[in-house]
Amino acid sequence: MSALTQSTPAAAQSDAAPEKELRPPSYWPFVVPALVVVLAIIIFPWVFTIWMSLNEWKVGSPTTFVGVSNYLRLTSDPRFVEAVGHTLVYTVLSVVLPLVFGTLAAVVFHQKFAGRGFLRGIFIMPMMATPVAIALVWTMMFHPQLGVLNYLLSLVGIPAQLWVFHPATVIPSLVLVETWQWTPLVMLIVLGGLAAIPTEPYESAQIDGASFWQAFRFITLPLIMPFLFIAGMIRMIDAVKSFDIIFAITQGGPGSASETINLYLYSVAFIYYDLGYGSAIAVIFFLLIVALAALMLYARQRMLWTEIASGA
Amino acid sequence: MTPSLVNPRQIIAKIGLWLAVFVIVSPAILFFLWMASLSLKFEVDNAAYPPVFIPEHFAWKNYADVLGSNRFLTYFFNSLIVTGSATALALMVGVPAGYGIARMAAHKSAIVILIARITPGLSYLIPLFLLFQWLGLLGTLVPQIIIHLVVTVPIVIWIMIGYFETTPLELEEAALIDGANRWQVFRHVALPIARPGIAVAFILAVIFSWNNFVFGIVLAGRETRTLPVAVYNMISFDQLSWGPLAAAALIVTAPVLLLTMFAQRQIVAGLTAGAVKGG
Repeated sequence: MSALTQSTPAAAQSDAAPEKELRPPSYWPFVVPALVVVLAIIIFPWVFTIWMSLNEWKVGSPTTFVGVSNYLRLTSDPRFVEAVGHTLVYTVLSVVLPLVFGTLAAVVFHQKFAGRGFLRGIFIMPMMATPVAIALVWTMMFHPQLGVLNYLLSLVGIPAQLWVFHPATVIPSLVLVETWQWTPLVMLIVLGGLAAIPTEPYESAQIDGASFWQAFRFITLPLIMPFLFIAGMIRMIDAVKSFDIIFAITQGGPGSASETINLYLYSVAFIYYDLGYGSAIAVIFFLLIVALAALMLYARQRMLWTEIASGA
Repeated sequence: MTPSLVNPRQIIAKIGLWLAVFVIVSPAILFFLWMASLSLKFEVDNAAYPPVFIPEHFAWKNYADVLGSNRFLTYFFNSLIVTGSATALALMVGVPAGYGIARMAAHKSAIVILIARITPGLSYLIPLFLLFQWLGLLGTLVPQIIIHLVVTVPIVIWIMIGYFETTPLELEEAALIDGANRWQVFRHVALPIARPGIAVAFILAVIFSWNNFVFGIVLAGRETRTLPVAVYNMISFDQLSWGPLAAAALIVTAPVLLLTMFAQRQIVAGLTAGAVKGG
């Protein structure tokens, strides 16, 4: 760096250590301990998982190498195929709904009002609270006879629902919890985006007589798009992997109506102790998340290109 | 009368804003109030229809029961040890690592953090479970401390990279020129400046480790449960006594909720920096 070489006379003035090369400095010693930890708890499990997925590996019986047969087994496993379907439905809903509500909430929290900081603290509580603890309370609220949700519905004349106790409503009900829990995260990210928008476009829009909705649609929305995209990406990764809420409330039930890939993976690995097959599921599961992320990136690129092409 | 003093449009906008704020915040407020209500009611009130919001008699004994049980204290200390150790270890290795990566501008190394972020927690469990079994560590808290590093280390490294990238280099360069070695520069120049960043990393690591559930259900035995696992096990045992259950749930999550209120600024800074939720 030129800045450094210019200032070396200062070093010569002070009777410092003999001239030694300052750059490139070796910062490796700072990284090594973390590297060891990361190798042990992240890289090693991955390598070992891939190896195990190529073996018939059940607790209590000898291990045999079986090649890709665990992967082939996945394609003809109806429970796995069903779980993929549940996961996709759950994920799409758990991305879209928090994005919509989170954006609305961000627009509101972007305004100035008394007690904003305090209320924002309350608002983000659902995502910080211990998932198992809130899952427990939601379970009580979903109770068909004693639950407060059916009571609230009865106040507005809607018949009682079975919520998580019926196969048709279990996933929407779980998505309700997930949306309640994670809308704040989208809000925070979008709020960061809103803070970065200059005020001039709004002033000229006001002069042009644009309505609030028009201003939102044609100024705010395009400008917060990058933030919405990041929020959507994070939300997707978390929704696909969602475990605590589903496990604590339904354990994948009733029957297997809310069994997502993660829940099925748990059963295979830690109830049936079929670790080889479980490892294959883990690998495919990871690839699925990467594929979904790639798909979102691709869609975003396409959108940008069409925007440029249409001159917007 | 000047029009700026009484402007009906402004008043409507004001009312509209407050209405919107009310609608947006009420799901969170009502949920936690209902949680508190459940935890403070006797069985009669919890089984009443229509539901009772504020009972005539508060069942403080629900809390006394939970706090008074020996097991609860054990689980509380388990949680404290696991979260405390996993956070302390993560800070010890993660803060220097974040510093090193930021100074070397080794942005590609962040891909490991990204992989860790994407990987489902259960994928770590299968191989590490076998490893712990083979090492004979199951039945102690050590496996849980180690596996919680999966949550805490990426959070700390990620936040510290971001933080050290924003701290000025001039002071460090000056110290190097004055003959300080790199460790001294880190210890006496970089570290003190980075204190706010360390606070953010610490708070988030504590929260996500404290909340973690999936590692515990596989690795914890009867004596080594952390609080979330203990609460989950209560559900299957007595589904019907809601009062003590809700009290236990509230006690488990209370430290996190308090932290959220008092360290809101740090939490928001950390979460929007991109390091969200491990495991």
